[in-house]
Formats: sequence, C-alpha cells, structure tokens
Amino acid sequence: MSQNTDEHGHQHSELSDMDLRVRALETVLTQKGYIDPAALDVLIDTYQTRIGPRNGALVVARSWVDPAYRDWLRADASAAIASLGYSGRQGEHMVAVENTPALHNMVVCTLCSCYPWPVLGLPPTWYKSAAYRARAVKDPRGVLADFGVTLPEATRIRIWDSTAEVRYLVIPERPAGTEALDEAQLAALVSRDSMIGTALVHAHTQAPAPGSSA
Amino acid sequence: MSGATMGTMPQPTPYVSHADLGGQAGHGAVLPEPEGELFHADWEPRVLALTLAMGATSSWNIDASRAVRETLPDYPQLDYYRIWFAALEKLMLQRGQLFSDEMAAGRMLHDPAPVLRTLQAGSVTAALAKGTPTERPATTSARFSVGQWVRTRAEAVDHHTRLPGYVRGKRGRIDRVLGTHVFADSHAQGLGEAPQWLYTVVFDAAELWSDQTLEHGGGSDVSVDAWESYLHEAA
Repeated sequence: MSQNTDEHGHQHSELSDMDLRVRALETVLTQKGYIDPAALDVLIDTYQTRIGPRNGALVVARSWVDPAYRDWLRADASAAIASLGYSGRQGEHMVAVENTPALHNMVVCTLCSCYPWPVLGLPPTWYKSAAYRARAVKDPRGVLADFGVTLPEATRIRIWDSTAEVRYLVIPERPAGTEALDEAQLAALVSRDSMIGTALVHAHTQAPAPGSSA
Repeated sequence: MSGATMGTMPQPTPYVSHADLGGQAGHGAVLPEPEGELFHADWEPRVLALTLAMGATSSWNIDASRAVRETLPDYPQLDYYRIWFAALEKLMLQRGQLFSDEMAAGRMLHDPAPVLRTLQAGSVTAALAKGTPTERPATTSARFSVGQWVRTRAEAVDHHTRLPGYVRGKRGRIDRVLGTHVFADSHAQGLGEAPQWLYTVVFDAAELWSDQTLEHGGGSDVSVDAWESYLHEAA
C-alpha cells in the first residue's frame, strides 16, 4: 500500500510487527532448508488465482443442466466433483446438499474453519469469525438476516457443522427464468456465499419490481 | 488460590479448547465481505503458505496442529492468521526445529533438525491435488445405521476432540454413515490413526437449545460428523 520504499538503515520501517515476524520466520525456515521460498509463491498464487469459488459454481451449473451429473453428485460428491478436476486438500471427502423450497442448507465449522477449499478456495474472514461460528448453529435466521436473506417461514433450515474431514457444498436452487441460459451463464449467477448457504441465487433481471424477488 | 492455601491437592491442568464456539452469545453480527477479499495484510498469505509448506514436511498432522491452535491462551484475542502463525511457531519450537533466539535474530542460529521432505515449487500442485484423505478400509461393521436414535457422549475429555460442547449429551438421529476415518482424538495426541466409523448425526434445534423460540415456521436442524465412540444407543 505504502509508496515508501524500504530504505537501507531505515529505523522505523513501514512494516508492521507481524510483517517483521513472518519475514523472520520465513528466513529461518529457508536457511534451515525446511521450505523452498518459491513453493510459497506457488501456494499463494494457487489460492489467489486458480482455486476459488468459480470452481464450485461450475459444479452447481453442471448439476442444474445435467440430471445424470446431479444424481452422481448426490450419490458420490467426491467423485463427481473430482471428475471436473476439483479435488485434494480440504476437499478429500465431499458431500453436496441441495436446497429446495422446503429446505435450506447452511454450512459452518464451529470448531475451527473447515471449508471445501478445492471448490470454494480459502474461506472468507466472516466464515472464520467467532460471530458466524457461534451463531450459525443457534440463530441461523439471524445470521441470514446479517446477509440480507429472509427465507419463507415454512422453509426448514439445516445447519451442517463440519466437525470431521467431510466438507459440504450447498447446491443452491436454480432460479426461475433461467431456462435459456447455458452452463457458463448459469455458473456466473452462482456466488460463493450461495454455496455456503448464506445467500440465494437470483436471475439477473433487467428491472426487478421493488420488493419482489420474482 | 494456591493448593496449599485451599488445602487441596494440585490438579492436572484440564484441556481447554478456546475454539469450541457453537452457541456462544456475545459475538455480535456477522460482517459479510465480497468474494475476492481473501487477505487483509501482506503477511497473511505468507503465513498461509508457510503453514502449508511446513505441514507438507509431515512433522505433525492436522489434528495435532488444530490442538495447538485451539489451546493457545490468547486464542480469543487473535485473528485467524495470527492463530496460524502462533501455532506454527509453537509446533516448531516443541520439535526443536526452531528456537526463540532465532525468531529474535531473524536468522538461523542452531543446526536444522532434519525434516522428512521439503515441498518444492514444482510439486505444489500435485501435493494439493493429492490432499490427505482420512478414510481407511473398514475392519468392523458399523454399529449404527441411518435412522437410528443415538445420544452423544456427555462427559468432557482431557484432550483434543471434535465433538462440540453444544451437542454433548444430546439425542439425535443417524443421518449418514460416512465410512471409517482417522480418529481425530487419537491422531492429535500422537496415538496413531485408530480409524473409527464416522456418522452424520442430526439434532432438532429444540433438542440443542432449550431457550430457542421455535415459532419460526419450519424450525431448524443441526448436524455434526461424529465418530462412533462419541455415540451411545438411545431409545
């Protein structure tokens, strides 16, 4: 952020205490041969540019357009998701759960921040926050209200607390009015939060009527 | 409050997890963020990467690292990547891989303790794709089946566990049978994988929260993934 460069001999650098401590640790671990600094760059680039929620959105879109894929996803999500190339760390054992008008699914990890990295990337800060972890299991409608989501009274909510190594992907409901869209266009409608269960998917309409979700 | 003053025997320090947050009050509203915001400081992605790279050396397993994180005394005051950083330092200090004077000096002062492997840049993609699956071949038949009523263990334990406090001693129903998986409690203590059957157990919110007002239409259910030894049969 700062325009200042780190001059040699500069006593009060712009770097924070954490920047300095992390740099110190990285230097020691590199000198000891425990890490390859180039591997750190690849790891960071991977999660910043390659592995993220667009992967999950493609899984959702495929399940919306391909009934055979949807059945596979229901029966063996790990294999169905891996078939699209999304597998591995923090997604070794996947379960997909589908939203319907009668049932809304929401995912949390109250014990830490377990999250399906291969399909959604790294968890957002709010997912890791004490507020979300504490409240999602006890006050899901209140948490949904924090996201601006109000569900019909009759909709039952199911909270999946990821307490082991199984990771959950919410398949949101396909919105009405999207019959003409292709798979890529459908994927573009799917947000990260809708695959955690804290948002719904809406069709992009030209002029939504005020107060109407249709 | 010393033992001598109170006339009691010294007690072993009980295991305290600061991470078991489900149902706690007083944490305020959830603050949503846009999809692209992953980090909030330059050091955060470095800590992520250092943690993953050191994890790849197999010096500890994920359950042991979770145990170290959740028992950090200042856990409640730390944000996510500070917890990761503090735990990484502690895991390495415990193993003689790192020394406090090296952190202060910012350079190596002691010979390295050998690690099994060093993750090279060219191997990152394959290592991430491989992951660390926890399912193991079943050697017993599952004790519980889908639809069966169970009650979770009521007692606290003195080690890392993955049964959240809010479901302890509660009656729920087996919703899924997930196969046989590495048992986190054992694995975290360095006692081996000791795989057990794992189940998804679903609870009606009214069973969990006695103060819950359930006038909201459809109500809610909460499930956890629980190992077999966490569960008893229930009527």
